[in-house]
Amino acid sequence: MKFSESWLRTFVDPACSGDALSHLLTMSGLEVEEEDAVAPFFADVVVAHVLEVSKHPDADRLNVCRVDVGRSEPQQIVCGAPNVAPGLKVPCALPGAELPGDFKIKVAKVRGIESSGMLCSAKELGIAEESSGLLVLPADAPAGTDIRRYLDLDDRLLTLKLTPNRADCLSLTGVAREVSALTGAPAKYPEVVDTPVTIAAARQVVLDAPDACPRYCGRVISGVNARASSPEWMKRRLERSGIRPISALVDITNYVMMELGQPLHAFDNAKLSGAIHARMARPGEELLLLNEQTLELGDDVLLIADEAGPVAMAGIMGGEESGITLDTGELFLESAFFAPKAIAGRARHYGFVSDASHRFERGVDFGVTRRALERATQLVLDICGGGAGPVSEALAALPQRQVVRLRPPRVARVLGVVFSAERIAELFARLDFAFARDGDDFLVTPPSYRFDIEIEEDLIEEIVRLHGYDNIPSPAPRGALAMLPQSEDARSLSRIRQILADCGFQEVINFAFVEEAWEADFAGNADLIRLANPIASQMSVMRSTLLGGLVANAVVNLKRKQSRVRVFETGRCFSRDARGAPVAGFHQPWKLAGLAYGNALPEQWGTAARNVDFYDLKADVEMLLAPAMVRFEKAAHPALHPGRSASVLIGGEAVGHIGELHPQWVQKYDLPLAPVVFELELDTLKLARLPQYAEVSRQPPAIRDLAVVVDQKLELQQLLDGMQANRPAIVQGIHLFDVYTGKGVVAGKKSLAFRIVMQDTQKTLQDAEVDAAMVALVGYLQQAFSAQLRV
Amino acid sequence: MQNLDQILEEASAAFAATDDPDVLEQIKARYLGKSGRITELLKGMAKLSPDGRKTAGAAINRTKEAVEAALNRRREAIRRIALEARLAEEALDVTLPGRGESRGGLHPVTRTLERIEALFRSIGFEVADGPEIEADFHNFTALNTPEDHPARSMHDTFYLQDESGKVADDILLRTHTSPIQVRYMQAHVAKYAHLATMPEIRVIAPGRVYRVDSDATHSPMFHQVEGLWIGESVSFADLKGVVADFLRRFFESDDLQVRFRPSFFPFTEPSAEIDVAFMSGALKGRWLEIAGCGMVHPNVLRHVGIDPEKYTGFAFGMGPDRLTMLRYGVNDLRLFFDGDLRFLRQFV
Repeated sequence: MKFSESWLRTFVDPACSGDALSHLLTMSGLEVEEEDAVAPFFADVVVAHVLEVSKHPDADRLNVCRVDVGRSEPQQIVCGAPNVAPGLKVPCALPGAELPGDFKIKVAKVRGIESSGMLCSAKELGIAEESSGLLVLPADAPAGTDIRRYLDLDDRLLTLKLTPNRADCLSLTGVAREVSALTGAPAKYPEVVDTPVTIAAARQVVLDAPDACPRYCGRVISGVNARASSPEWMKRRLERSGIRPISALVDITNYVMMELGQPLHAFDNAKLSGAIHARMARPGEELLLLNEQTLELGDDVLLIADEAGPVAMAGIMGGEESGITLDTGELFLESAFFAPKAIAGRARHYGFVSDASHRFERGVDFGVTRRALERATQLVLDICGGGAGPVSEALAALPQRQVVRLRPPRVARVLGVVFSAERIAELFARLDFAFARDGDDFLVTPPSYRFDIEIEEDLIEEIVRLHGYDNIPSPAPRGALAMLPQSEDARSLSRIRQILADCGFQEVINFAFVEEAWEADFAGNADLIRLANPIASQMSVMRSTLLGGLVANAVVNLKRKQSRVRVFETGRCFSRDARGAPVAGFHQPWKLAGLAYGNALPEQWGTAARNVDFYDLKADVEMLLAPAMVRFEKAAHPALHPGRSASVLIGGEAVGHIGELHPQWVQKYDLPLAPVVFELELDTLKLARLPQYAEVSRQPPAIRDLAVVVDQKLELQQLLDGMQANRPAIVQGIHLFDVYTGKGVVAGKKSLAFRIVMQDTQKTLQDAEVDAAMVALVGYLQQAFSAQLRV
Repeated sequence: MQNLDQILEEASAAFAATDDPDVLEQIKARYLGKSGRITELLKGMAKLSPDGRKTAGAAINRTKEAVEAALNRRREAIRRIALEARLAEEALDVTLPGRGESRGGLHPVTRTLERIEALFRSIGFEVADGPEIEADFHNFTALNTPEDHPARSMHDTFYLQDESGKVADDILLRTHTSPIQVRYMQAHVAKYAHLATMPEIRVIAPGRVYRVDSDATHSPMFHQVEGLWIGESVSFADLKGVVADFLRRFFESDDLQVRFRPSFFPFTEPSAEIDVAFMSGALKGRWLEIAGCGMVHPNVLRHVGIDPEKYTGFAFGMGPDRLTMLRYGVNDLRLFFDGDLRFLRQFV
């Protein structure tokens, strides 16, 4: 809602500055989003009457003018504008004037001829972006008048960011009403008198859908001159409201809408036939709208129709064929009330909005319908001439304003501040809310222009709004003290993120909607969750894995000359799942994924550079999951190198996977090296363990090393599991400390070296026991894995 | 006895002349060894009379002790010289960088979310979470925003396709984190259904939210934190107190200006928009919109089975992305979702 402050001040003129007025509006809930001066600062520019124009003797493009600037003597001014001509009224900057851009006007010689000022274009005054010559003023502009006063340039443009509940402020009348309530300054509204009926022509109106359109007023006005031009004041006010003046009849309907908040529509009466009906659209009905769109109308669309068919989408936009033109001589002027429910969402459904639909779907004052028609009639007759016929009005059940009860103790309870009955009564009076008393309670009947007063809380908001939110204290909160649970068997997401950060990973946050290809490449997912209205095709599918985003992060950072990338993300992933909860049909688990690319360690002295590999990242995953017993089992995954990928298991349950990116994706995504990635279910990561004390042995451990040669393909885990299951009781720890292939080990074999820790909690071990245990272990390995002792 | 003094003098000089522990031991042999000069003198005493032996013996032994003392001093000195030489040789360039992994870091918005959670936890707010693909009911209807409510045009909602490719109009990406609160309230009511008066609800709901909007100041995915306090006597004044306190603690600025002005949200009544103004820095004196809030609308309470006559409460919602931008001086929202390590590493 944009309007000029000076127009508003013709309705209500509180004794406060423009800035104070803006602040007041903002603090009452009518946020002033923009404030713009109509013109930048300048001074000493007056209306000038060009008396004579003659060629400059020494310059082809210059003219020497004699102009009347309201002084006793005409002034001589040199002017280069192409449109200067005798008889014109134009702005003239007098010597001493200061124009925008720090431009000072002095008496000066221009090519030898003295010039006492400058004739100005709109651009030079800073009131237009572009101009093609002098700003030509109306012929009746009085010479010598200050141009700021003449054009009302000290005016300011206010743009309100209205919330959807305050449709009552979508007009100057509404804003004035609000300013009056806030300041106590009296408001005066344009006087509207019933126009004398001078012609008999009338059109019958019928309400076929009285719920959707309970009130319709229309009248014929004939003999109008549609080519008449709108008065300057009207055009200026419309322009300053952001509405382009078009023609007198269109301007008048827009003007009344801005003034009273009632959208009007003017039909060319010659193009209508028979009675006017307000009815719902019938199947298959189409309408060519004023915006040149042809719509097939659904049966939830309210129409204005004549006997030939639809002529307007009621309260939204008129039809092209029945619209007024510059040749219209007789019009049918409509002012109606359409129920918000009948209009809401319809225009948006067809992909547009209009000033009318914007107002009707929020609620137009149903008490102003007829007044607006009379006001517009009055303006049409004044500007375009003609004579008005009688008003045809059809009236059904208008919305009822329910009485709302307000209990003063409830006000205190909701606001935390006690308001006296006197204060409440005073605030309601300022709002013009009619009320009765029932004991201590107030029984309020909201006015017809307020669609947002339905319950007690709405009244409480009005009270505190007018009282001022700033005047409510803000004490320290008081509540019942109770400690929050602090579970030790759960780790917070925050702790998990911190571990990864400490391992050198940088957290990223990627969009949850991704490219379709990522889902195929990194998750092998064909059952996609697609957005119905994505903003771009590369953001059209909900991700089931975080990996795609991390790979993209690597690609982008490599392009930015980062050679080492370690990133992670935590976030929800999405898949279709019939058993999904709490939203049926969707599984939405939190996941954690990481990616490492480039050097295993940051480039540094004293450490040979090598690329990060599977085992580096495996250590990070183990660190993350500690102290849980994690196992890794070779497993294929669509994103990963089949020989270098594993699933991560805790207690036998797969909780994620880890591996090197599949070479085909390394190539497709243009990565010089293969990144290593992991992805885990976050819920399992959150599990922690309450520590349980076990007695520490006082006996010294015996430590022996053991190296065996086994088949190259044998997985360590098998060996460890076997040793674990078959170990003598005193064996407490088995740790792999070396893997060797090469000289001394035959091809196809590998040497594994273990450190065996033996201990008895009760007594010191004897050498014989230790030797026996080692013999038993070696024997087991020989028998189970054909291992050979390496010496 | 001049001879003895001379021996001591000679020995001391000989000890001092070497830095080499082996040479020192050879010199020692010349005086104290089996045929060293002092040993020879002691042997020579046999020829003396008992009285002379006594006198000479005492004198020789004094000299012997003195030579031994000089030797020990020199041994200690040489050991110290050797140690110092070794230490000097072992000295490092302590200015070379340390080795190993460098630290990563959290995303700046995560930093903000963790601070918000910590501040609210300190006054007893729990942290709740909820689904991001949400039912229309929880995102809109339960929040007093029925279909065709003009407020729905305030959100440009992402909808999903169903399996046949049609628009599933009852399923969407949540446009705010309020549905978490709805679910939390429902669970709370069920949990305490057996009590005459349920304990207070104090919860915040952080998370990602989605709206069809993308430009320099809007991202189609962004973050929100909403808070909710419901009890038997929670008022608008309390709302002002909690939110103003939070903002001053979050920005660590006691003189932060905070103002509340009327606004509209379908799920609160009265509703307010919250602006802040800093008293210093680049944004000094400008009012910046930072959060929306209000008293929970009775219809919302009824939807989750809470009696609005018995309980009142407030809710607020704010954008952690914007809070992060203000806190760290970030000027482009898009940086948060771009994964640029040069940007992200600044928050390590």
